[in-house]
Amino acid sequence: MNKKFTIVRLLCAFAIAVALSVCIIFAISEDPLTAIYNLFLGPFQSKRHFFDVFASSVPLIFTGLALGLVFKSGNFSMIADACLYTGGVVTAALAIKTAMPAGLHPILIMLIAAAVGGLIGSIPALLKVYFHTNELVTSLMLNYVFFYFGIYTVTKYLADREAGTFASLKYQPTAALGALIPGTKFHVGYLVAILAVVLLYFLVFKTKFGYEIRISGSNPQFAKYSGINTSKVIILTQVIAGAVAGLGGAVEQMGMYQRFNWQDSPSYAWDGVIIAILSGNNPKTVPLAAFFLAYVRVGADLMSRRSDVQNELVSIIQAVLILFITAERFMAGWKQRQEAKKALEGEV
Amino acid sequence: MNVLQDILNTLSLPEFYFAMFRSATPVLLTTLGAMISSRSGTSNIALEGTMLISAFVGVVVSAFSQNAWIGFLGAVAAGFIVSNILAYFILKLNSNAVISGIALNTFASGGTIFVLYLITGEKGASTSLESLKLPSLTLPVIKDIPVIGAVLSGHHVLTYAALILVAAVWYLFKHTRLGMHIRAVGESPDAAETVGIPVRRVKYIALSISGILTGMAGAFLSMGYVGLFSAGMTAGRGYIALATQAIAAGNAVVGMLASLLFGFCQSMANYLQSSNIPLQFIQMMPYIIIIIAYTTYCAMVEYNKKKKQMLAAAGK
Repeated sequence: MNKKFTIVRLLCAFAIAVALSVCIIFAISEDPLTAIYNLFLGPFQSKRHFFDVFASSVPLIFTGLALGLVFKSGNFSMIADACLYTGGVVTAALAIKTAMPAGLHPILIMLIAAAVGGLIGSIPALLKVYFHTNELVTSLMLNYVFFYFGIYTVTKYLADREAGTFASLKYQPTAALGALIPGTKFHVGYLVAILAVVLLYFLVFKTKFGYEIRISGSNPQFAKYSGINTSKVIILTQVIAGAVAGLGGAVEQMGMYQRFNWQDSPSYAWDGVIIAILSGNNPKTVPLAAFFLAYVRVGADLMSRRSDVQNELVSIIQAVLILFITAERFMAGWKQRQEAKKALEGEV
Repeated sequence: MNVLQDILNTLSLPEFYFAMFRSATPVLLTTLGAMISSRSGTSNIALEGTMLISAFVGVVVSAFSQNAWIGFLGAVAAGFIVSNILAYFILKLNSNAVISGIALNTFASGGTIFVLYLITGEKGASTSLESLKLPSLTLPVIKDIPVIGAVLSGHHVLTYAALILVAAVWYLFKHTRLGMHIRAVGESPDAAETVGIPVRRVKYIALSISGILTGMAGAFLSMGYVGLFSAGMTAGRGYIALATQAIAAGNAVVGMLASLLFGFCQSMANYLQSSNIPLQFIQMMPYIIIIIAYTTYCAMVEYNKKKKQMLAAAGK
């Protein structure tokens, strides 16, 4: 009953989001059918667009994994934003300043970016454990600190003075992650993302530490009394989550960019929230959830290019989905009636 | 040494303190809002988005009505509506407060740009809209006092409103029935329920007030000194308010001081932009100082708690 209820509720949330976006498009567009067609079916129009979806889902997989892990442990840190951004900056620095053979270069960069991400991820956790601060508050502030620090690093040491806009020098070709399918943006980074999915799934569901994470998240009191070192869980999960996000920044930069030009922090960490929720904080379903959001994104980009509806429509869809999926008592009345009906049938 | 000189020079300027109040205003209003919802037991993460939507609505309504005060009312109404949506999801549909807040922030950051483009055809700022500003006030007697006049007179009307609201919120919690109910509901909803306080309604009211105050902060941003809306113009002030609110721990006066600390850093940052410190370090300074202040505060609370426990143990 519960599983069925979850699915029905999920479908209803999707239906509301779709209905709302269709209504908005009809209300504002001169050519609503083109907009709707591109939004929902655009990515299927060509091989290139379809694999764009996979490529766009890569950073979302990383942040979805990172936030899912943090949520699973019952914490609420948004530091993944800083980790991903700084991971990108580290990548830019190493891809410009160091020289290495092609196979080794990306691997080393990924490891260092992940280490830096883990280090940053530990800050809100350490502050929480030692000073009892709220990790959400400190992580939100730290995101700005690391963002400005990244901008400083790039403008001071890596900038291309001739570019005219904010951009670093070009990366060395040895640091690029090659395309998996020629002619598309689908790159090797996707495999790294899937590897991260497998590792995190294993960590959360097949190890003792994973068990401790799950207990700490679902019942913190019980975790404490049963002798789980909750401080260790808080710190380690956020270090791992930070490392995953840092790795995501590296993969995204090496797979999709030739120079660093993130003038604003990309919103991947915030998108990670909806990925984590859609996937039920389970690493296994993260690629699927990321694919879904990336699909809508690519569709929306096509829509904004080919019609008069702007791609910010996605934020509205995203918000409506999050709101209704996490609303525990959304459709509770329906559930109750179903249960009552069943119970009555049982009596007869 | 140069930098120290710059800082000292800045500290001797009355205009610096004037700017401090100006920068503190939106954070102060939002801090008060955050405080009221937090005391009722709901943490309002949607402040950032609420402020952004209010700033946007204020500009649009004032441009179309050509009346700054109607625009202001629009901004406040927008804050009220957004916080009621949040309240509906949290209180009625049992959603997680943090996640619903994040959802509303996502909605605000994209939705404002979406509608801005519909109205003006631009995505960056509302430059083509002829929106209005709310007035500044000169205080009759005070403006003639030498230094104090330059610091305290001539501020935006909402800056004065914010300072008055500090007293109002302090009074609300200390001496009114509603304030007492809000505190009771926040501290122990079950106990409040048993003595007949309508828990859910009190929480609704607290969130609504927090939305109204945040709406005023939004109006200050877009109808204060700048007079236009630009995408993402709240720049994390809603999140800063969460930190200053935590430092204040329910005391409106401390909340004001914490907001002024932020205003101090922000206005110092503005003054030091011409010095030889890299711009980005200046920009990150307010955030670092708020983190340090917040962490120190939390550490102190923890230390006092431990000390009390030790004393209690020794007493036995």
